[in-house]
Amino acid sequence: MAKPAAIIGQIILYGAFAAFIGYFSTAPTYRQIADDVALVKLSMSHLGGRECRKRTPEELAKLPPNMRAPLDCPRGRSDTKIVVELDGKPFYEVTMHPTGLSRDGVGTVYKRFELKAGTYKLGVKMNDNLVNPGFNFVREEQVTLKPAQVLVIDFNPDRGGLFFQQAKN
Amino acid sequence: MSLQAAAQSSFERSENLLDAVFGGADNPLRHLGALGLYFLWILVASGLYLYTVLDTSIDGVYSSIDWLSREQWYLGGILRSLHRYSSDAFVLVMMLHLVREWAYGRYRGFRLYSWVTGVPLVWLAYISGIGGYWITWDRLAQFSAIATTELLDWLPIFSEPAARNFLAPDSISDRFFTVLVFIHIGVPLMLILGLWAHVNRISRVDYLPSRRAMAAIMASLLALALVKPALSDAPANLALAPADLRLDWFILFLHPLTDITSPAAVWTLIFGTTLLLFALPFLPHPAAAPIAVVDAPNCNGCSRCHADCPYEAITMVPHPDKPGHQIAVVDADNCAACGICAGSCPSSTPFRSQDKLVTGIDMPQQPVDVLRRMLEEKVARLSGKTRLVVFGCDKGADVAALDAADTATLSLICTGMLPPSFVEYALRSGADGVVVTGCRDGGCDFRLGMEWTRERLSRNREPHLRDLVPLDRVQLVEASRSDAGKLATAISAFRTRLEKDMAATTRPPAYSRRKIHHG
Repeated sequence: MAKPAAIIGQIILYGAFAAFIGYFSTAPTYRQIADDVALVKLSMSHLGGRECRKRTPEELAKLPPNMRAPLDCPRGRSDTKIVVELDGKPFYEVTMHPTGLSRDGVGTVYKRFELKAGTYKLGVKMNDNLVNPGFNFVREEQVTLKPAQVLVIDFNPDRGGLFFQQAKN
Repeated sequence: MSLQAAAQSSFERSENLLDAVFGGADNPLRHLGALGLYFLWILVASGLYLYTVLDTSIDGVYSSIDWLSREQWYLGGILRSLHRYSSDAFVLVMMLHLVREWAYGRYRGFRLYSWVTGVPLVWLAYISGIGGYWITWDRLAQFSAIATTELLDWLPIFSEPAARNFLAPDSISDRFFTVLVFIHIGVPLMLILGLWAHVNRISRVDYLPSRRAMAAIMASLLALALVKPALSDAPANLALAPADLRLDWFILFLHPLTDITSPAAVWTLIFGTTLLLFALPFLPHPAAAPIAVVDAPNCNGCSRCHADCPYEAITMVPHPDKPGHQIAVVDADNCAACGICAGSCPSSTPFRSQDKLVTGIDMPQQPVDVLRRMLEEKVARLSGKTRLVVFGCDKGADVAALDAADTATLSLICTGMLPPSFVEYALRSGADGVVVTGCRDGGCDFRLGMEWTRERLSRNREPHLRDLVPLDRVQLVEASRSDAGKLATAISAFRTRLEKDMAATTRPPAYSRRKIHHG
């Protein structure tokens, strides 16, 4: 190829290369959720309960003085059951299993749901010691979800147990 | 045609096409590794500046980067754009490099080490790239951080879901960005270390593309940076799911892929592909060609083979029989069986008087003695007005099809295997001209074969063509596998020129080995 033609060819090809890089570095745009959808994230990390037995005075007396703990607790923890209800109907149910070989670690859950924006009666029930029936933590609220808004369902004993976190806008 | 053969053919056609525009030395497809390194150096240089102005506090990280693009667009903004676009270009040429090497079957035998050390670099490149996007802490960073941690959480590696770190605006702290920057510097450093290992068994590494190519690429990236500067999206807000995302499809394509499939499918794809790439060299394949063999009595320790070997397969050690001398030793793992060492050996000259020509280092599958005998036989059979000898390359254009009464052809493992003395020998044995052909510039299957041949024939490299050989009787033709027509045309033109200028050109004195009295 003659030199001027080669130079023009190179300009075109380097330009095409730059255009290719420039285009696909930002386009086409990607939309993870639809326009009218909000996100609900159920995310918890919780140590399940356990059944402790109170040691009798005789049992305590047999133990060395430095080991006389009044309660005898097993190492393993209970599974934790969570039920999410939407407008009074079961929406999602999960059982968190304690981690670790001895089942003595926290149980965790992270789940993302997409919901149409709108107002819902959102209820969450949790039982963290399955030897007991029913649910020892319950939270129910009327929530309004705007498009793209993120609502987090979490658990924190310092915040009163189950709580919903949502932007104030 | 297998998928691999189709891919190879497609690469060959594209490379030949680009040769017409760029020439072999500047053809980007023939220098993908060097291009990748060039983009990496742009990344490192621009990244150093970005690091100096980055405020790693949670409030400052977004604004400090955004300030660069908007207030200091003429320096920081351009450097940020260069950083962004060279990272995309790096990923692009890295993947092309991987596919090209696979297409050409360059992943087994002596190339196993380079292949295996190259696979983890793909992981490191993507870890660096994805982590880099988080640092801007805009909506895209937020999306990528959540999508990546959700993907990671599918693996049983964290005691608590990593995605919990991005639940709400108060979930992250200043420390997060400090760690992120540390990772974004540390992983690329590992990548550079990995690259050093990747090219460790290759001599004369193509570290950078040609100056012309570098200048043109830099100009393209600068133009892109000015026309379309890299800008941040709106600041991250974990209380809101990001809407329309200006996604970088070169680096962040895994996120949409996870959305339309599942984390399990994506991890299966990632680990499956990685395992396949590692396993590829160990899958059944044709037996490797015999490696070069050193003949101790004929090795004078000149170390030319050591200097010319493209794969650092030859080391020089003290000669066992000649005190004070050295001898070449071939590393079987590194030897490509290309024969370039035989072409570089001064003992490979056909003018030696022995009936059986034994050289210092030779290829068992095509010894120089056989080459000399074939040349003598073929030249003796030549007839016609202008008798030509064509030395070709098994990997380049097929020369056997050109065999004719007035054309003798000899195909070598690689053109670099041809000792220049064979060209002189052919001319002095009766040939009117010699054509030496091999792969196009930058396309040599053994990297340096054509480069060494060109330098030897132009008397710039030892062993060189002797002065008594008129250069107008020697024609070098670059012709890849698909260039049979081009080669035939070049030979025809050479023959015409020789016929026209025959009277005017000198020829070296005739020589016949049979006249030598053997001892």
